[in-house]
Amino acid sequence: MSATTLTHDHLHDAHHEEHHDGKENALFGFWIYLMTDCILFASLFATYAVLRHNYADAPTGKELFDLKYVFIETMFLLFSSFSNGFAMISLHKKDRFGTLKWLMLTALLGLGFVGMEVNEFAHLVMEGNGPDRSGFLSAFFGLVGTHGAHVSIGLIWMSVMMGQLYFKGITPAITSRILRLSLFWHFLDIIWIMVFTVVYLMGVL
Amino acid sequence: MQGHTEHAPVTTSSNTTGFVISLLLTLASFGMVASGNFSMSMTLSVIVVLAVLQVIAQMHFFLHLDSSPSQRWNVMILIYTLVIIALLVVGTLWIMYNTSIRMMPMMH
Repeated sequence: MSATTLTHDHLHDAHHEEHHDGKENALFGFWIYLMTDCILFASLFATYAVLRHNYADAPTGKELFDLKYVFIETMFLLFSSFSNGFAMISLHKKDRFGTLKWLMLTALLGLGFVGMEVNEFAHLVMEGNGPDRSGFLSAFFGLVGTHGAHVSIGLIWMSVMMGQLYFKGITPAITSRILRLSLFWHFLDIIWIMVFTVVYLMGVL
Repeated sequence: MQGHTEHAPVTTSSNTTGFVISLLLTLASFGMVASGNFSMSMTLSVIVVLAVLQVIAQMHFFLHLDSSPSQRWNVMILIYTLVIIALLVVGTLWIMYNTSIRMMPMMH
C-alpha cells in the first residue's frame, strides 16, 4: 500500500502507542477543515459560474487572460507540490536539513506563484478592471483572490515551520504540524486545477 | 486500526508518478485550448474530464487517498462533501438560470 500524507503513524513507530490517537485525530480534524474549505470554494465557483457573463461593458476573460502567463503560474504551483512531496520523504527519513532544503524550495515556488498573481491583479486594477468594474470581475477577484490568500497563508505557515525545524529539529509535534501543512499545500494545488480550468481555460474559449 | 505500522514510507516513485501525470494533463488542457483546432463543445468537455482526472490523480498520488481501511473515514467525509458541493453548485445554477429566464423583458 502506498504511504502517506494522510496516514503518518509510521513516522513515529517508537511513539505511536502513546501518540497514535492524538495525532491521528489532529490529522483527521484538519482533513474535515479542508473539506469545509472545499465548500467555501464551491460557493465561490457557483458565484463565478452565475456571474461569468455579466461583463457590464467591461473587458471579457478572453480579452484579459493570458494563457501563457497562467500556464507558468500553474507550473510554479505544480512544481511546489512536487517539491513538497520530497520534503515529506526527507521528513520521513528524519533528515532535518533535507526537509528544510525541500521546504525552502517549495516556499520559493509558492512565492513565485503568489508574486505572479499579485502582479496580474495589480495590472488589472491599474487598467481600471478591478473587482468593482463588473459582476464578472467581482466574482473573478473573489474566487482567485481567495485561493491566493490561502496560498499566502500557507507560505507564512511554511516559514514558521522552517524556523521550528531549524531551531528545534524534528520533534513529534513539529512532524505532526508539517504533515498538516503538507496536506494543506497539496489541497491548494488541487483547488487550482479547478481554477485554471473553470476560470482561465473556459474564460478564453 | 491494525496494520498501520506496515505502511511503506512516502516514496519518490509515487510522488514522481503523480507529478508527471499532472504535468501531462495540464499540458493537454492548455494545449487543446491554445491550439483552437477543436469545436467549443468538444474542448469544453475534454478540459473538464482532464481536470477531474488530474484532481483524482493528485488525491491518489499526493494525498494518498485510497480504499484502504486507514483511509476509510477520510474518504467518507470527502464523499459527503462532494454531495454537499453538488447540491450547492447545481442548486445555485438551476435557481439562478430560472430566475434569469423569468426576469427577461417581454419581447413584444
